[in-house]
Amino acid sequence: MVFLQQIFNGLALGSVYALIALGYTMVYGIVRLINFAHGDILMLGAYTGFFILKSFGLSPLSLVIAIAVSMMICSFIGMGIEKTCYKPLRNSPRINALITAIGVSIVIENGAKVIPFIGPNPRVYPVLKPVNYTISGASVSQTQIIVFGVSIFLMIVLNYIVNFTKTGKAMRAVSLDKDAALLMGIDINKIISFTFAIGAALGAAAGVLYSLSYPSINPYMGIMPGLKAFVAAVLGGIGSIPGAMLGGFIMGIAETITRGYISSLWADAVAFAILIGMLLVKPAGIMGKNVREKV
Amino acid sequence: MRKNILTNFVYNLSIAVLIFVILALLIFSGIIDEYNGNLLVLSGIYLIVALSLNLITGFTGQLSLGQAGFMSIGAYSSAILMLNFKFPLILAVIFGGLITGFVGLIIGFPTLRLKGDYLAITTLGFGEIIRVAMINLSKLTGGAAGLKNIPKFPSSGDYILDVIINLTYIYVFAIIILAIVSNLLKSSPGRAIISVREDEIASSSMGVDIFYYKMFSFVLSAIIAGIGGGLYASYMGYINPDLFGFLNSVNYLVIVVLGGLGSLTGTVFSSVIFVYLQEWLRIFGDFRLVIFGLILIISMLFWPSGLMGTSEYSPSGFVKKLIKGQFTIESILSKAKQLLKKIISNKSRNIFKHNGGEGR
Repeated sequence: MVFLQQIFNGLALGSVYALIALGYTMVYGIVRLINFAHGDILMLGAYTGFFILKSFGLSPLSLVIAIAVSMMICSFIGMGIEKTCYKPLRNSPRINALITAIGVSIVIENGAKVIPFIGPNPRVYPVLKPVNYTISGASVSQTQIIVFGVSIFLMIVLNYIVNFTKTGKAMRAVSLDKDAALLMGIDINKIISFTFAIGAALGAAAGVLYSLSYPSINPYMGIMPGLKAFVAAVLGGIGSIPGAMLGGFIMGIAETITRGYISSLWADAVAFAILIGMLLVKPAGIMGKNVREKV
Repeated sequence: MRKNILTNFVYNLSIAVLIFVILALLIFSGIIDEYNGNLLVLSGIYLIVALSLNLITGFTGQLSLGQAGFMSIGAYSSAILMLNFKFPLILAVIFGGLITGFVGLIIGFPTLRLKGDYLAITTLGFGEIIRVAMINLSKLTGGAAGLKNIPKFPSSGDYILDVIINLTYIYVFAIIILAIVSNLLKSSPGRAIISVREDEIASSSMGVDIFYYKMFSFVLSAIIAGIGGGLYASYMGYINPDLFGFLNSVNYLVIVVLGGLGSLTGTVFSSVIFVYLQEWLRIFGDFRLVIFGLILIISMLFWPSGLMGTSEYSPSGFVKKLIKGQFTIESILSKAKQLLKKIISNKSRNIFKHNGGEGR
């Protein structure tokens, strides 16, 4: 029973990780960059949602508006970051881009800390009424159902975009071979921008959902979920979209089981232990392809 | 040849002693006050850890984001050795470094098989695991509250004299480490390490054991970071896990990037600059960290070679020229002009050009 309970908790948490991991994996698939600032996009999304929910009150409609608006705003922020900071470095070594991404992340976190209307102090997120349903002895809260439902909905939408639209086809083409895609008449810059926008939008939605379940937000809130979601993306096989979803759920369940059976203090370390174990056994991830090194 | 090495050693040592004597005299006479003296001591500690990061990242080409984690192992083990086992300070610091090196060896086996950004994220992960472990192993480490009353450097009771004593300890350690690293890089293993950075495939086909040299450099880097941590613990007198978080690792990255990845001289300058910058920017409060982030972004976008690029500056060369009387005002000026031009034009080589590219 405790086990089932932890599985439910893990599914709710894992769906949020999966959403964030999708942003990492898509960006990595297309520009081969670990977007360190992705966790901070999550924070910005959570704050956007916070302001909307605070001013309209928490209702089903306002929740939808909050998620939609924060997704929109963050997708613009994501595109802006890509245009200003990552695009000039597209042809430079990857480590330089990675260091830049760390810089962007630090600027966003601490920028948010000094902006007066965000500020350094944690805020209490508006939460839904604690309504619990019991499924074979384990209780599931309304919040968990909403979080899970919205995440699954967004994943289905993403899957549709990537697999069944022309833009999605172009995205897949760019991630496979940039130069060949360019020769086929695909506007690479546009596709990369679009990828960043989608990734950031998913991150923002995840931010709102994450704060609904852990209702205390602060400028540094994005770091830990961001890192864990990155681990999830690597676990599933970075660059692979179904892999990121699977990895997210595995991470979520692993974390709640650690919380339930071992100690909540070690929960943060488990993610990295999984990462290291995974990289030892199968560095390409569960669904990733093995890339042979060419000389 | 042998004589040449000896003279270089004598020259370098005499320059190091000279600089130290000047600094000590300046502190003693009050021109450098207690506050600035302490900043100098702190920059020495930063220098040691930044050197360790530059060794693994700038010279071996493996980006590590867990340097603060190594520093914390060194700090905790040296503090525990002193508190629980009554080790004398210097011995504790050195043993702390060796323990850190051992941990580095264990961590290195799984992680060093990875490349580029995977390695970066795994070292970050290890840094976090170490931090969480420090919080949870509270019997040994005091948990989140950390350790207090760590034995400090010997005190004379006089503030000014204490600053000089602290500086002596840190300075001697920093100079020895600097000498070891710079001599290593000129030796055959050092050349192998640099060749790993330049092109792994080419160097392995030349018979360089890539994994061995990566590991060698990683373990040495861990030892140095651990020694830096031990000195930090003794200098501060207390430690807690939050002092060694990810943001701390980023600080050292800022120092190394600012000074030039692959330049020891650059690291020396930039760690002093960084510590002073950190103090001056204190008036901006939290904006300080925003500025550090911007420094990282801007230097990567427009100035990836940093202050020194991969160039070095050798004190022994300076002395030799001085003795031969090759130093005239004009030659110094033209040299300075050259250096300035190089810094501004950003023509120095970017070290990641070769192994960063596609694939992993």
